[in-house]
Amino acid sequence: MEPLLDALRLSLMVSLSATVAVALVGLGLAYVLASRDFRGKHLLDTLISLPLVLPPTVVGYYLVVLFGRQGWLGGALHRWLGWSLVFTWQGAAVAAFVVALPLMVRVARAAIESVDQDLIQISATLGKSEWETAMRVVLPVARQGILAGLLLAFARALGEFGATLMIAGNIPGKTSTLPLSIYTAFQNGDDGLAQSLAVLLTLISGLVMYLANRWTVSRWM
Amino acid sequence: MDVVLSVSLQKKLPGFDLDVTWEAGAEIVVLFGPSGAGKSLTFQMLAGLTKADQGLVRLGGQVLFDAASGIHLPPQQREVGYLFQHYALFPHMSAEDNILFAHAHPGSPEARVAVQSLLQQFHLEGVSRLMPKALSGGQRQRVALARALMRNPRWLLLDEPLSAVDLSVRRRIRAELKQLQRTLAIPMVLITHDLGEALSLADFLVIYDHGRVLQTGSPEAVLRHPKNPVIAEWVGDVGLAGERLFSF
Repeated sequence: MEPLLDALRLSLMVSLSATVAVALVGLGLAYVLASRDFRGKHLLDTLISLPLVLPPTVVGYYLVVLFGRQGWLGGALHRWLGWSLVFTWQGAAVAAFVVALPLMVRVARAAIESVDQDLIQISATLGKSEWETAMRVVLPVARQGILAGLLLAFARALGEFGATLMIAGNIPGKTSTLPLSIYTAFQNGDDGLAQSLAVLLTLISGLVMYLANRWTVSRWM
Repeated sequence: MDVVLSVSLQKKLPGFDLDVTWEAGAEIVVLFGPSGAGKSLTFQMLAGLTKADQGLVRLGGQVLFDAASGIHLPPQQREVGYLFQHYALFPHMSAEDNILFAHAHPGSPEARVAVQSLLQQFHLEGVSRLMPKALSGGQRQRVALARALMRNPRWLLLDEPLSAVDLSVRRRIRAELKQLQRTLAIPMVLITHDLGEALSLADFLVIYDHGRVLQTGSPEAVLRHPKNPVIAEWVGDVGLAGERLFSF
């Protein structure tokens, strides 16, 4: 039970941290992409979406290039703080964040774009600033899509394997999340543990997907 | 009638060219014309939601828009009560919260008092807690109107206020709108493509077609002296019915 609980605890910690970051960054990006036209918009959109189609190992490779001890950002971080993301659970969380972000941005953006323009315009004529309108009209009206995006992002973060392996490695109790532990158990011929881990991950992910699907059905219309 | 609202707007869009000028007092002004004549676009520009290429909009001495001097007040500062054709009620707020939303300080005791008095005025006390989807068409319209009045607007823009309510209640709503304008004594501009409605409501008629103003004047004047054959044909259609309607 010990390895299983360790993996579960680690997976939840990594996925929840990644999801909190996705909520903040992803919602901001989704709102901006949905409501603004600016130079480089398509480029930004493409960049955010790339992890959807790239092999996670490629994403992981870029993360190492960026955050490794010799990396552009990682080098500076290491010099200043003597600390590196590599082989830490925070590194796993960054990997999960990058692969989960596009799901949140795409789903939340679609939800924000589908908010009736009349509601936004009437709010302006009623004296409300764009910020007030976003907080009190746009986001509440789009909230089911936003929640669904967050749940999808959480499920994707939970299932992240390739990029995590590249930047955080597979250290039991430290960076071995559920998917990585399954791989280790399977490699070691521990079929019982592999099976338990697989069933557990399937149950959690299944529940999250079920909730995501339920919440995309609007209650107001 | 003293001129309170003066409007001159020009805008070129792909396949459409709007160029309209008219003036009105603190009265019921009806923009009448077929669909696609530019009436709703005029409203969008009057409310500051769309920017005109050229023109000038003045309300009671205040310049809201002046292309020449680069003045373009945002919708927030135009103090307009705008009723959208489909009301645009916030679906996640009760009738009461929709009205309260419009107040500058929704949590204040004054806002509470104001919302109660509007609920009463528009006969909405019984449905104040209901969500928009649970309201009838007529109730939705009254909520939208009450919300538009919450900020004590200096003028009203009503986009097809009668199109989405049952025929049976239109006559009553017409009377109520007239009563409301007489009470508030501010310009109430409304759009319709129903000539009977235009004639029965308007103090002042502005006839639109293809992005131009064909004629302005009182309903009586337009009926008696249609300026061109197009208008003559339109008013000919209602003929005596129109005479009867506008005298109700």
